Amino acid sequence: MLFQFEKRSAPSKPLIFATPFISIAVTVLLSSTMLLIQGKSLQTTFYAFFVEPFESTYAISEIFLKFGPLLLIAQALAIGFRAKIWNIGAEGQMIMGAILASSIPVYFTDSESILILPAMIILGALGGMAWAAIAAFLKVRFNANEILVTLMLSSVALQILYYLLLGPWKDPMGFNFPQTTMFQDAALFPPIIFGFRLNYSLIIPLLFTVFVWIYMERHFGGFQLVVGGLAPNAATYAGYSSSGAVWKSLLIAGFAAGIAGMSEVAGPIGQLQRSVTSGYGYSAIIVAYLGGLHPVGIFFAAFFLSVIHIGGDYALVTAELPISSVHIFQGLLLVTYLASYTFVNYRFRPRKALRERIESSAI
Amino acid sequence: MENEQQPLLSLHKLTKIYGSLAANDSIDLDVFSGSIHAILGENGAGKSTLMKLAYGVETPDGGDIFWNGQKITNWNPAIARGLGIGMVFQHFSLFETLSVVENIALTIEGSRQDLIERIRKIGADYQLEIDPTAMVNSLSVGQRQRVEIIRCLMQDLKLLILDEPTSVLPPQHVRTLFDALRKLQNDGVAILYISHKLEEIRELCDVATILRDGKVTGIVDPNQCTAQELATLMIGRSIPKIDRHESHNKTKSPVLEIRKLNLKNPDPFGTDLKNCNLDVFGGEIVGIAGVSGNGQQELGRIISGEDLRTDLDPKSIEMFGQSVTDKGVIERRDLGFSFVPEERLGRGAVPSMSLAQNSLLTAFKKGMLRNGFIQNDRVAEYTDKCITEFSVKASGHSASANSLSGGNLQKFLVGRELRLQPKLLFLSQPTWGVDVGSANEIRRKLISLRDAGVGILVISEELEELFEITDRMYVLRSGRMSPSIKTSDVSPDEIGEYMIGEKREELDDAISV
Amino acid sequence: MTPLEFFLAGTMSAATVFLLAALGELVAEKSGMLNLGVEGMMAISAAVGFVVTYQTGSHTMGFAIAAVAGICVSLIFALVSITFLANQVATGLAVGILSLGVSALIGKKYESLTINAPDTVFIPVLSEIPFIGPVFFQQNIVVYGAILMAVLIGFCLNKTRLGLAIRACGENPKAAEALSYSVWKIRYGAVAFGGMMAGFAGAYASTVYTPLWADGMIAGRGWIAVALVVFGTWKTSRIFLGAYLFGMVTLGELVVQSLGFAVPSQFLTAMPFVITIVVLAIISADMSRLRLHAPYSLGETYDGSEPR
Repeated sequence: MLFQFEKRSAPSKPLIFATPFISIAVTVLLSSTMLLIQGKSLQTTFYAFFVEPFESTYAISEIFLKFGPLLLIAQALAIGFRAKIWNIGAEGQMIMGAILASSIPVYFTDSESILILPAMIILGALGGMAWAAIAAFLKVRFNANEILVTLMLSSVALQILYYLLLGPWKDPMGFNFPQTTMFQDAALFPPIIFGFRLNYSLIIPLLFTVFVWIYMERHFGGFQLVVGGLAPNAATYAGYSSSGAVWKSLLIAGFAAGIAGMSEVAGPIGQLQRSVTSGYGYSAIIVAYLGGLHPVGIFFAAFFLSVIHIGGDYALVTAELPISSVHIFQGLLLVTYLASYTFVNYRFRPRKALRERIESSAI
Repeated sequence: MENEQQPLLSLHKLTKIYGSLAANDSIDLDVFSGSIHAILGENGAGKSTLMKLAYGVETPDGGDIFWNGQKITNWNPAIARGLGIGMVFQHFSLFETLSVVENIALTIEGSRQDLIERIRKIGADYQLEIDPTAMVNSLSVGQRQRVEIIRCLMQDLKLLILDEPTSVLPPQHVRTLFDALRKLQNDGVAILYISHKLEEIRELCDVATILRDGKVTGIVDPNQCTAQELATLMIGRSIPKIDRHESHNKTKSPVLEIRKLNLKNPDPFGTDLKNCNLDVFGGEIVGIAGVSGNGQQELGRIISGEDLRTDLDPKSIEMFGQSVTDKGVIERRDLGFSFVPEERLGRGAVPSMSLAQNSLLTAFKKGMLRNGFIQNDRVAEYTDKCITEFSVKASGHSASANSLSGGNLQKFLVGRELRLQPKLLFLSQPTWGVDVGSANEIRRKLISLRDAGVGILVISEELEELFEITDRMYVLRSGRMSPSIKTSDVSPDEIGEYMIGEKREELDDAISV
Repeated sequence: MTPLEFFLAGTMSAATVFLLAALGELVAEKSGMLNLGVEGMMAISAAVGFVVTYQTGSHTMGFAIAAVAGICVSLIFALVSITFLANQVATGLAVGILSLGVSALIGKKYESLTINAPDTVFIPVLSEIPFIGPVFFQQNIVVYGAILMAVLIGFCLNKTRLGLAIRACGENPKAAEALSYSVWKIRYGAVAFGGMMAGFAGAYASTVYTPLWADGMIAGRGWIAVALVVFGTWKTSRIFLGAYLFGMVTLGELVVQSLGFAVPSQFLTAMPFVITIVVLAIISADMSRLRLHAPYSLGETYDGSEPR
């Protein structure tokens, strides 16, 4: 090969910071090319994606509405990814959290107790954690690959959701749609601004971010997880429990995803229905990577992706862009991020030129 | 014996740079047919790199390669093989889940039956017998080396390159190898023999090129030089001799006791440990000799606690008088046990992490944590002390582990474990890949530790090292432990006997196929 | 056809989707590449295959172009994980997510359209045998093609020099490189082959098995195909059995419903996934077996450098 990647003696710190921006730039470039091919107006599209979301307070509140669950789940997934524990079943954990939390308003339809919301939070967390625990148990006990198990479990969770929505939990007044009744006020988070969908559940992801930062940067527990991901034999040598790492990673993710699911049904959706996850479980993976698996990076990446999602809603109307374009954009972001990250650890050098340079300087 | 005027292989001002380090700096080398040419140098001198350049595995950054007087512009292993160059790597390039003949079929033309016959014939001719249909992962290290050599012999061989071939052989098999090499020499084949073992080179080779820090420091006839002269050319300075006096400080009861240890290995091609017995007292250094692949890994992991088996008899492993079969790594460290593994990067240390973070890895109980939160200043303090006490050449406690040379990282790891003040220290291959100077420092440190009353257990494949520092030793072969042997009462050859004791039967099995 | 005959014949058809995809992934994994983007590759190929077949009326064209689509997507995976040395798991997921998005875009306008099923191939003489005939010997050509592929791939991997080279890359890429095998070329090829097979699988799903396209129609079958490679411990014969087992389970849904059992349909839909989890747990528990058969360097990034 004419060119090749040469390992650097030490990772390039500036490039670690620059990589997300490089990947955003490349993705925008590629997307623009595709738009031009399709004959769409670049100006309208860019306006829809990056300006319209900020044009009204309501739009901005919607950004933060998306921001919450994305941030929450991504922070938790990043912990697992750094430990090389691949949880891609956050969707399923989110669903189970939503289901378990929804059981209260479904069975106690008329209760106005102030304990409902806290109970829902707890149940949401437990639902997600229980679902993640299945994967953790199977990995620890049977060495079953967590990628496949968490994914399969997501599919199963979806079927459980459908069953409940079309069966025992179906709203009898709902025209046979697969959904529950709308939840009572006591089972909903109060909105931050009256009339807007953004609600106080936003506090949870923000607090969680702080917790993750402290845990991963300052706490020995976080250190152990990182060692396990970087050098599993060193973790064994040091005596760190690999099964402990599996349980921690998956339970934290289940906790976060479960609460995220709960905050959707107790928030903007206001009931349990089929699209409870809005693909957050997968989008969070992209947020986690784009943020460099670091709590601060993820904070900004979550915000960026929320803008893109809201922008996508506007682009649907203003620029007649299909909704799948947001998913394509997301996918491209991750692919370009992974490719760009190489430059952190490797230099791209032309072989011939290097050889000639040395020869001319030697002797 | 130099038969021709023109060298078969000639390297002219060959240079290879890794990062900012010149592993090979303007090296000149001429190899003639029918000569056994040694490349002598200590670990890190650039021998392996030079051989990779000679074989085409790496491309040089400067200089030229000539074959039979012709300059070669395009060089890779396939071309090298086509010209008649064969290489036996130090870390073998065989595929575990393929059989011997399948491995050879990857580079040698011929039908399966044809190849099997040729393998058997060559094996008989050179006394390097091997079963062609055996799967490589069932072969011992010595047998795998035979496959590598036979593969080379099946080409039209003009030059054979061997990289540290005897580090995996007991003394008796070293002689068999040397006989095979001399036969090749008589057939006119040129041999490049890379080693750091002075006595072997003096026995076998007729010319030696000595490397130090990537440069050639001398081209001599090893038989005309004393070992001292060779060592000086190799190292460049004198190394203090190790004073191996008797230990005076032995404790009354053992700090480590292993009784009737039986261990089944879940890996079908790993080694089971059978009825192993050994003990270590405080104030002595005990060695475990043996060619790799005889259970050293398994034994190491069960002693360290990395392999935790709940079904073991509690009496089978005891430290400081208590059973540790149910205790994990951290609990064993708490008792006063410490361990330096053979793999530095990836097991003893996390390569991309700093030295400070790597201190935290095992020494976290030395005041580095408060309620689970990391106290960075304490970590830095500990690390700095490790660096200064052991003269570790590093830019500071923030230097990443993989930026250190092998020898320096090993010194750091030994230092890190020693600062835990263990009463029982276990080291596996403590000076593998370490430069002579650092190896010497480590060995002297171990002796002074022993004098201070610490019990030390060393697993090593280097017999010379064990004879240098141990008071007693055991030999591990096929998962079985020999009885305890007093070092001063025995010779390397006798240890060799123990090493291959049962192996003779294995050899017979191979021939009778 | 009797219901039983229908069930068995349908199993062969359902199994073909799994078989094609799993065989492709097997070859990629044998070379050391873990491509988790199979689901996405199948989704894109399903969309492309349907669109092309609808527009041209030719199933052959549909399959061909779908295979090209699968190859293109797999080459993106290869580029990022082989040349750019990115983590294979993350890259496979990323490419999968991207492909799912693109598949929705491609298939959007074709959602409620249908096409003709391809012709059935009646194997002479054998298809006349009562019972066995209609079940086994009256299938479409792709079903037979998949079985043939299974045999050929098994033969090639185990008995030919190419197969040896592929396996060498999956076991010990450094050693393969030292023997002058171009690891990156072999891996690109193996991955592209996997893409092609995923392409066939996707096209089969949307133009033969259920001749229509809908967003999300692959519904996890790509993931089951990945799991099948593990179940089959990287052996074509076992993968074949696994594919047919899952074909049966997929059909089982229809059978149970037609027999009138009052089992909620969601339970049946979830069955393949639950079975996958259970079998995965059982197979993985036997660690030594896995170590024996899994390509040693599977999923490890190879950057050609020497360990220090």
